[in-house]
Amino acid sequence: MATQTHMHGRIGESIKRKEDGRFIRGKGNYLDDIELPGMLHMAILRSPHAHARIKSVDTAAASGMPGVIAVVTGELMAQHKLAWMPTLSYDTQAVLATDKVRFQGQEVAAVIADTKYQAEDARDAIVVEYDVLPAVTSPQQAKEAGATLIRDDKENQKDNHIYHWEAGDQATTQAAFAKADKVVRLHTFYPRCHPAPLETCGCIADVNGATGKATVYMTSQAPHAIRTVFALVTGLPEQNIRVISPDIGGGFGNKVPVYPGYVVATAASLLIGRPVKWVEDRSENLISTGFARDFHMTGDLALDKNGKMLALRVHLDSDNGAFFADAQPTKFKAGLFHIVTGSYDIPTAHVTADGYYTNKAPGGVAYRCSFRVTEASYLIERLVSNAAIELGMDQAELRMKNFIQPEQFPYRSATGWVYDSGDYPKAMNVALEQLGYAELRKDVGARRQKGEVTGIGVASFTEVVGAGHGADFDILGLRMFDSAELRVHPTGKALLRMGTKSQGQGHETTFAQIVTEELGIPAADVAVEEGDTDTAPYGLGTYASRSTPVAGAATAMVARKLREKARTIAAHLLEAAEEDLEWDTGRFYVKGSPDKAKTIQEIAFAAYTNVPEGMEAGLEGVHYYDPPNMTYPFGTYAVVVDVDKGTGQVKVRRVVAVDDCGVRINPMIVEGQIHGGLAEGYGIAFMQLITFDAEGNCIGSNFMDYLLPTAWETPQFELGETVTPSPHHPLGAKGVGESPTVGSPAAYVNAVIDALSPYGVTNIDMPVTSDKVWAALRAAGVTE
Amino acid sequence: MFPAAFDYRAPASLQEALSILKERGDDAKVMAGGQSLIPLLKLRFARPELVVDIGRLPSMNNVMRRGGHTAIGALVRHVDVENSKELASSAPMMVEAARWISDPLVRNRGTLAGSVCHADPAGDWGSVMLAFGAEIVARSLSGERVLRADEFFEGPFATVLKPDEVVTEVRIPLANGRAGGAYLKLERKVGDFATVAVAVQVQLEGEKVSRAGIGLTAVGPRNIKATDAERSLMGQEPTDRVIAEAARLAAEAAEPKDDVRGSAAYKKDVVRVFVQRGLKTAIGRAREVKS
Ligand SMILES: Cc1cc2nc3c(=O)[nH]c(=O)nc-3n(C[C@H](O)[C@H](O)[C@H](O)COP(=O)(O)OP(=O)(O)OC[C@H]3O[C@@H](n4cnc5c(N)ncnc54)[C@H](O)[C@@H]3O)c2cc1C
Repeated sequence: MATQTHMHGRIGESIKRKEDGRFIRGKGNYLDDIELPGMLHMAILRSPHAHARIKSVDTAAASGMPGVIAVVTGELMAQHKLAWMPTLSYDTQAVLATDKVRFQGQEVAAVIADTKYQAEDARDAIVVEYDVLPAVTSPQQAKEAGATLIRDDKENQKDNHIYHWEAGDQATTQAAFAKADKVVRLHTFYPRCHPAPLETCGCIADVNGATGKATVYMTSQAPHAIRTVFALVTGLPEQNIRVISPDIGGGFGNKVPVYPGYVVATAASLLIGRPVKWVEDRSENLISTGFARDFHMTGDLALDKNGKMLALRVHLDSDNGAFFADAQPTKFKAGLFHIVTGSYDIPTAHVTADGYYTNKAPGGVAYRCSFRVTEASYLIERLVSNAAIELGMDQAELRMKNFIQPEQFPYRSATGWVYDSGDYPKAMNVALEQLGYAELRKDVGARRQKGEVTGIGVASFTEVVGAGHGADFDILGLRMFDSAELRVHPTGKALLRMGTKSQGQGHETTFAQIVTEELGIPAADVAVEEGDTDTAPYGLGTYASRSTPVAGAATAMVARKLREKARTIAAHLLEAAEEDLEWDTGRFYVKGSPDKAKTIQEIAFAAYTNVPEGMEAGLEGVHYYDPPNMTYPFGTYAVVVDVDKGTGQVKVRRVVAVDDCGVRINPMIVEGQIHGGLAEGYGIAFMQLITFDAEGNCIGSNFMDYLLPTAWETPQFELGETVTPSPHHPLGAKGVGESPTVGSPAAYVNAVIDALSPYGVTNIDMPVTSDKVWAALRAAGVTE
Repeated sequence: MFPAAFDYRAPASLQEALSILKERGDDAKVMAGGQSLIPLLKLRFARPELVVDIGRLPSMNNVMRRGGHTAIGALVRHVDVENSKELASSAPMMVEAARWISDPLVRNRGTLAGSVCHADPAGDWGSVMLAFGAEIVARSLSGERVLRADEFFEGPFATVLKPDEVVTEVRIPLANGRAGGAYLKLERKVGDFATVAVAVQVQLEGEKVSRAGIGLTAVGPRNIKATDAERSLMGQEPTDRVIAEAARLAAEAAEPKDDVRGSAAYKKDVVRVFVQRGLKTAIGRAREVKS
């Protein structure tokens, strides 16, 4: 046997994405591509008001229209005890409204018809009478004495307050503030935005009247968890529920929750006995499904006169909308927000949070972030840059001075996190060097002399991704482990199935490469399947950058299990002792005689044809991985901007992004993730906004109002990397998909604030639009 | 897209189109490129009983120099303006403006005449028409009307056109002497309608301004002709002071509203900044023309 040549697709190799062939050729299989025999179509009637009592719903005209099979109202759902459903945060949410509507766009009724046109025509013929009530559109309004009670459906709910939550130590924090030379305050609003995946949400519910089996095709990032939730909500036995997530066109957290449309379509299919398809249009997606952020934050940072950080105090008011439907771990009411001490060695901290109901869409989701880490990272990174300005220090130097040092890991933060690993000064130095920071600073000074408005922003974020471990992280009690099942066929080809679900992240490639690394089967020979709950092992799904940290680890572990079995088989085939065998990716050979070897393909064949006496046949296994800790990716981003004094327009001149996500499995895919996230970060910082008028009308309900950046606006990105492996992940990998959305908004905004700092500007809330910049300039007397 | 039901006709001749409109004009909508009409149908904001698609009418997609003007047929798309050699030489500001309209997808289908008929106060062509002093030609079975741009726009999405009329062409007067123009637009992203845009077209005689046209986009109920600003430039040597004064007057003519794109004060100030920049550019360009 010849010695092994190059094995295609090992860790560290930028092989092309295996899934792209079908996407590029238009052969993907998205939800709306699926047509079932006898399939009906559903359209949802939504509330035009943010807050109103329903007086009557008249469906007579609609019911008589061509093609209409059924008109479903809240009352009908109530007869089946399905007018309300539980949320992922232990609240309840209306499926179809019975008493009141509580946000504009809320589901009121549904029409099921032969065609989508007919369903929409009949929907327009439903007549609903409303008594309009005052709308509450912010936490500030929600807590006012005498504010309209939004959740009068809940016993014991006397006001609009949802939760109070704290982390850290109030007393030591107070004491540290008392001794501080300098306290820097930042009050900032991280506005509501929306993940806006290009494919909207939808489902096809297909309940077989004879077998009772409900097959639900669904745009879900977490099909297994959804199956369990469905079983609990509907009372159907779980073996009779099959959730299939086909190809998904982007999720970004938006496709984690259970939406009323899914429940109504399933109930309708059950009652009618035919498949029912429901696909949202763009406006429905933007106004009614899981939004992100909407945090009003106040941070105080205490420092000594040399710029050493002493303590951090943060309060936040969270706007959760009409139902508390955040998708996040049970324990943490404000998600992982208390990671807010960030990359800095801050001895003590105290975080308080209050959540409020408002007349806005529910479902705070982790939009390309790990449960509210984005908001935390934004606050601390803005605060640190503002502190540098106030202290007259350089913003990079102030960070350097306060970073958690490499030798301090594992590091226990003041709010209780145990950071697994990091080297923050190194990432910062690489970024500054790549940018040419020192030179650029001089250049900025010279340009300002000439009257130009220009600045540099830095952010050194720390992420916390890859939930669980299960003891601390769960969704509705389901522990956040994940799984991988690996089957090696007799010819040495393999099928890998996981509990996660790719929405574009490249799982079919990345996870195949892990098998290549661990078992020596070329990536091209490993098929990766996810999303069918009848075939894939149970898992909590893909969000919060958890797939590689959790399911990726499970893949490595299951491959290692099979490798141990392969060793036994190889020993049998080679008539050698197991201890005498060496592994050389793809084959076992006898120590000292590399020619005496068996390839993994030969071993796989033997697993079905010639196993040692007493051994079970086959080469397959499953592993459920409960990570010992989260992984903590980090990095430094630096942004240079130029501001037009006449119009307030901001032009991003440069973006340098240095990421450390531990070991990179497919570097090209990692870079693609970073590019995408930096573009979204740009959108969030400068454009993306879901806002509401005083009546609670949603402004931002289509892509003419909710602005996503295109290639035209998106700046050029210059990437860099450092590698600090995770000490507890079997491959040393950390998550990465969300780092750029978590880290970059602060870098962009810090650059604008730096540019405006000569004029005394310390804050502009996102999105930093040209009119806000203009107003800041004119207030400082700057004009063209 | 799931619009409400409608009838559809695609006449093969102008005569046929005019007959259909004579009969059913009140319930019908003409469709040219569909880039404004289709979004309205899709959202069910417009529910015409009949859509008359004029896309197949012959010989309406030409740009031609004729007499004292350049004639632009009703089916000339934004992209055709962008690529027109004729306009690049006779009215280069139009080429500059065309590039600011939305994105290539919309420019490949939408027409200049359709945009003018749609009369969106945030539309770009209205201001260009005002700055040039263009004419709009409308036909019905009763005959032809030649309408001046400054009399054409009545209000938001409202023009002097009658339901049975079709616009057949738009006429851009030819400059005599040294002329130059500029189109400046502030948008939030590519494909966005203007927060503010300004069309400027000037002619010089010697060192003095002999004609000035200034149109303002998205700062009022219709595209606005900044008449006082135009008048202030007439017969003047365009010094910085004269330009600043014209810019101030143009800002005064604007009637913007506060909205998500910015405050009224912001938009007025951008009008000032853009008219100032636009006049400087336009005059610079006019000076480069060999007389
Ligand atoms: C995403 C998007 C972005 C856009 N951005 C911009 C922008 O930045 N700037 C801008 O100026 N515009 C913009 N537009 C609008 C675009 O310019 C349209 O093409 C234009 O407004 C209409 O031209 P049309 O040929 O498509 O007209 P249609 O949509 O076919 O018709 C529009 C209206 O005009 C009437 N009409 C059309 N032709 C005639 C005719 N010959 N005679 C009588 N009536 C007629 C129709 O009945 C209808 O009421 C945008 C459109 C979209 C979809």
